Amino acid sequence: MALTDAPKIVTARLGYEDSFTLERYLATGGYTGLRKALTMTPEAVAAEVDAASLLGRGGAGFPAGRKWSMLRKNPLTYLVINGDESEPATFKDHMLIEGDPHQILEGVLISAYALQVSQAFIYLRGEFALGLERLQTALNEAYAHGAVGSNIFDSGFSLDIVVHPGAGAYICGEETALLESLEGKRGFPRIKPPFFPAAIGLYGEPTVVNNVETMANIPWIVNNGGAAFAALGAGRSTGTRLFALAGHVRNPGNYELEMVKTTFRDLIYAPVLGGGIRGSNTLKAFIPGGVSAPWFGPDQVDLPLGQDEVGNAGSMLGSGSVVVMDSATCMVRAAWRITKFFSRESCGQCTPCREGSGWLERIMYRIENGDGREEDLDLLMDLCDNISPGVVWPPQQTTICVLGPSIPSSIASGIRMFRDEFLVHVKEGGCPFD
Amino acid sequence: MSHLRSDLRTRAEELVALYPEKRSALIPLCHLAQEQDGWLTPEATSEIAELCGVTAAEVQGTATFYDMLHTEPVGTYAVAVCTNIACLLGGALELLEHAEATLGIRAGGTTPDGVFTLHEAECLADCDKTPCVQVNHRYVGAQTPASFDALVDDLRAGRLSETIPNHGTLVRVRRTVGLLADRDAVKAERAAVSQEQAARAATAAAADGGK
Repeated sequence: MALTDAPKIVTARLGYEDSFTLERYLATGGYTGLRKALTMTPEAVAAEVDAASLLGRGGAGFPAGRKWSMLRKNPLTYLVINGDESEPATFKDHMLIEGDPHQILEGVLISAYALQVSQAFIYLRGEFALGLERLQTALNEAYAHGAVGSNIFDSGFSLDIVVHPGAGAYICGEETALLESLEGKRGFPRIKPPFFPAAIGLYGEPTVVNNVETMANIPWIVNNGGAAFAALGAGRSTGTRLFALAGHVRNPGNYELEMVKTTFRDLIYAPVLGGGIRGSNTLKAFIPGGVSAPWFGPDQVDLPLGQDEVGNAGSMLGSGSVVVMDSATCMVRAAWRITKFFSRESCGQCTPCREGSGWLERIMYRIENGDGREEDLDLLMDLCDNISPGVVWPPQQTTICVLGPSIPSSIASGIRMFRDEFLVHVKEGGCPFD
Repeated sequence: MSHLRSDLRTRAEELVALYPEKRSALIPLCHLAQEQDGWLTPEATSEIAELCGVTAAEVQGTATFYDMLHTEPVGTYAVAVCTNIACLLGGALELLEHAEATLGIRAGGTTPDGVFTLHEAECLADCDKTPCVQVNHRYVGAQTPASFDALVDDLRAGRLSETIPNHGTLVRVRRTVGLLADRDAVKAERAAVSQEQAARAATAAAADGGK
């Protein structure tokens, strides 16, 4: 079977120039999933999503159906969509929001019906100016179409949706920080437990927080059945998923691929996908799931694109972003820049993350710029160990949220895989790639 | 006397009404204030506090957490050059250096004429077009040093003012309706469905028990 034979579940409309309009949406089966769902009982809709075994597409990969089932019974409940896509090199939600906003709205409406929530909020990253305009336009159209608001499609079901802009903070992608932000506060992740907002969420009420891509899958699942979705992929990784391919490949971009049936090799090298490494260089390393994930080397390129497959190999599929680094890449510089990112984006609540990320960044900077010492390598690993004891994967946590234990991934990968390259920086007093 | 223009004041009140708790409108209102002034002035901060039912210090406390909210004046065009991993691999550090030379300012600075503010940005989620640049949070596509200079010329000459509004204007599309689903009505709707669900569950359990 060809790599691209699997159905396009979330990207079907993106080929159309007017993919973001209500007219195109309706002409291509739009809102039929919602109409169908409204004829079913809410619990039957939820059962389809559960049967699909849809894993959340935000990064943690928690089963959406199970998350839904945890929503505490309460007179007031909320659905909040996480569209704060900020994990470096992840750009799939950005594409879905700009390219097919109605699909997200339909997913939200179906989910809100299944969960019987009181109101839904879509928290979009503030930097997505065009995305915010497209989504607001789509929401206005959907209201006028009768798909949102009071007595939707004469079903007796009423719901309001609010598009809410963020204001620039990576940490707000963490669901409890996002809720704080939505309450008008600094984006400080909340202390766990409770581990899920399904118990105590927005304004203290039970809340489901789902990712944009997760929502985009819901209309298809309702139209085609959870079993059809679960028939795609393998094991725990069902359906298709968007992979954001970036870095030194000929064709960077978002690719919707059937999970597990495709490998990193396919994604990076297939002519219809990544098209191979740019120029005459070769693959040096790749990051399989966002910069929070430990790196892989060329010997791991045949791993399938599956949640457990990547997890068992010592990293994570995370946000679905794959960063390819070729043989001309300085690994010290790459790890330094990622560490600088975490240092800038640490919310500052927990000492290991706030202080540790800054120390790590400064040591990495001095190595890259020729002022490093050989003992810095041990010092770096010791600091990593203080942030995440053992520097193992999955990581140990000393902080309120998972930003902390994500910090050591790139430095530990760099030192473990490319120790010699770090030492050359120290011995030569500078970057050999300059 | 409202610091916000009357049309913006009306929009601010409409925004507050969208949320179960007023404070949730705080960040949207900060964006609105920046649409008027380009940055978050002390006067606007006080007015947002009043609208959200919090203190001005709380508004400032929230605003200073976020990169897009500015408690000091910003240039007409805020130029953000991403240097995070995908852009780094695409030559972003070199582009940023070039941008600093072209604009004559370091990242974080504003040109003396107040036209440009330059930011070194974290990932802007457009990683197949590197190095990625945004102007006032609008994507302008992958940039080379040469195209960057042309971009600066176009901005300075006002040739892009149609597509790139002045700094502070984030969303030009207005919400056309307020909340249509009355909160009490929704509550009653949900309670009724909840009873039906409980009845169905009881019937199913009874059927199960009978087996």
